[in-house]
Amino acid sequence: MNAFGTFVQLIVDGLAQGSLYAALALALVLVNQATGLINFAQGGMAVLGAYIGMSVGNLVIPSVGPIAGVLIGIVVAVVVSFFIGALIERFIMRRFQGGDEDTSVVATIGLLTLITGLVGIIWGFNFIPYPFFFGSGESFTIAGIAISVWSLTTFLTIVALMIVLQILFQKTKLGLGLRAVADNPRSAALSGVRVGGMLMIGWGLAAALGTIAGILLAAKVQLNPNNFDAILVYALAAVIIGGLDSPIGAVVAAWGIAIIENLAGTYLEFIGHDLKVAVPFILLFILLILRPQGLFGRKRVVRV
Amino acid sequence: MTLLELRDVTAFYGPVQVLDGVSLAVPEGGAVGILGANGAGKTTTLRAISGMVRAGGSIRFDGREIRGSRPERVAALGIAHVPEGRGTLGNLSVRDNLRVGAYLRKDRAEVERDIDYLLELFPNLKARVRSNASALSGGEQQMLAVSRAFMARPKLLILDEPSLGLAPSTARSVYAAIARLRRESGIAMLVVEQNANLAFSVVDSATVLETGRSVLSGTSAELKGNDEIRKAYLGG
Repeated sequence: MNAFGTFVQLIVDGLAQGSLYAALALALVLVNQATGLINFAQGGMAVLGAYIGMSVGNLVIPSVGPIAGVLIGIVVAVVVSFFIGALIERFIMRRFQGGDEDTSVVATIGLLTLITGLVGIIWGFNFIPYPFFFGSGESFTIAGIAISVWSLTTFLTIVALMIVLQILFQKTKLGLGLRAVADNPRSAALSGVRVGGMLMIGWGLAAALGTIAGILLAAKVQLNPNNFDAILVYALAAVIIGGLDSPIGAVVAAWGIAIIENLAGTYLEFIGHDLKVAVPFILLFILLILRPQGLFGRKRVVRV
Repeated sequence: MTLLELRDVTAFYGPVQVLDGVSLAVPEGGAVGILGANGAGKTTTLRAISGMVRAGGSIRFDGREIRGSRPERVAALGIAHVPEGRGTLGNLSVRDNLRVGAYLRKDRAEVERDIDYLLELFPNLKARVRSNASALSGGEQQMLAVSRAFMARPKLLILDEPSLGLAPSTARSVYAAIARLRRESGIAMLVVEQNANLAFSVVDSATVLETGRSVLSGTSAELKGNDEIRKAYLGG
């Protein structure tokens, strides 16, 4: 492969890997838009959703065949996670509502440990393959660039989710209610917005979204309770760079992180494969100094 | 017809009694003021009405007992509350703030028309309709807060000290706008204010609170003629 071909291949691979970070980043943006919090349990919830999808898939595949079985698994997992997310908000996070935000964030860290542990108890800590995924492992070549079916599926899914979320927040009444509650729950209630309902929907949607991320990842690397520990860190970097209130910003930042990570690992000799994981965080560090609100986030002005 | 009637309303913050028998009435289409010094219980009275604090006694609105209802429910019944400190949604644009105000309405086209109407009424807001509310000046934020409440098309608008923290000339223009809204819409209002002169530019009658209790009420003319009121709230 010529030099230019290598370059393009690195970018294409980066986009696919970045889409995975982006999926989790979108879920983080969703919870933040609805509650004002960072949900550290998001990775754990994504893994739980993926395991549910796998179990349901394995259960129904013998009777309906692999394609329908996996699809049924995905749909069931997304719906079940929506309710799990909503219930977590109602019965765990609600207790911290109205108190110090830091307490809530620490509670989500506890939740991450709890969910990861529960998943381990139920399904074990070994890697389990996802039953089947559309052409997982297969790839095709365009102009010398190898593109796996998984990469393309992941990329297209993320673009679609990003558009749906952007429309949800900016153009729908539900999105307006979610944003109002995140901004100021008391004021939102005075305008008749049902605060509790919005919080549950926000957590439910984020959990459903996380499940999609979990399944996309599982199709590539198999299932493990700690699947998302590393990816959550990249997703956090993406939402901080892209701005916590911007789905498009988070996705673009996630792509950027993965692409830069790939390019730096290949072209900068002193970085190489061992140090490339550090690249996004060095960028994050620089960005936070120069532009604390993120690249796409709106500056929060405080005036008295 | 009485729209809102409070009878012997009491309220506590923990063990501290803040309201100790507040009674007042707002007639349909009327505008009533609540006057009183700091700590007299004015804000708490409004919070009791919109369900933000637990209260005793009786609060009747539009023929219904609403004491103990949640804020979302009170809003749905037709009371729009502009809280102390304005309560605008800082990270939402001016237009989105107005849309949130109309959250319970189903008549989309009318909502957009009301937004246009308010933006005509408040040219300052129109110029910044895409800015975040937090970027507005204090006076603009207050106008936005009043507009947001108006967007609900409520039967009763309750305003908690709209002049708070504003320069005198800004406070006067906010009150002029409130008076105009009232003239054009006929919405009933209950206005808490420390500055009685400003309050009287909008209200027809007022109740005076002292240490959580209604001590005096009357029409604007009666209260302006009362020596004690003049001394205490009208600057001699």
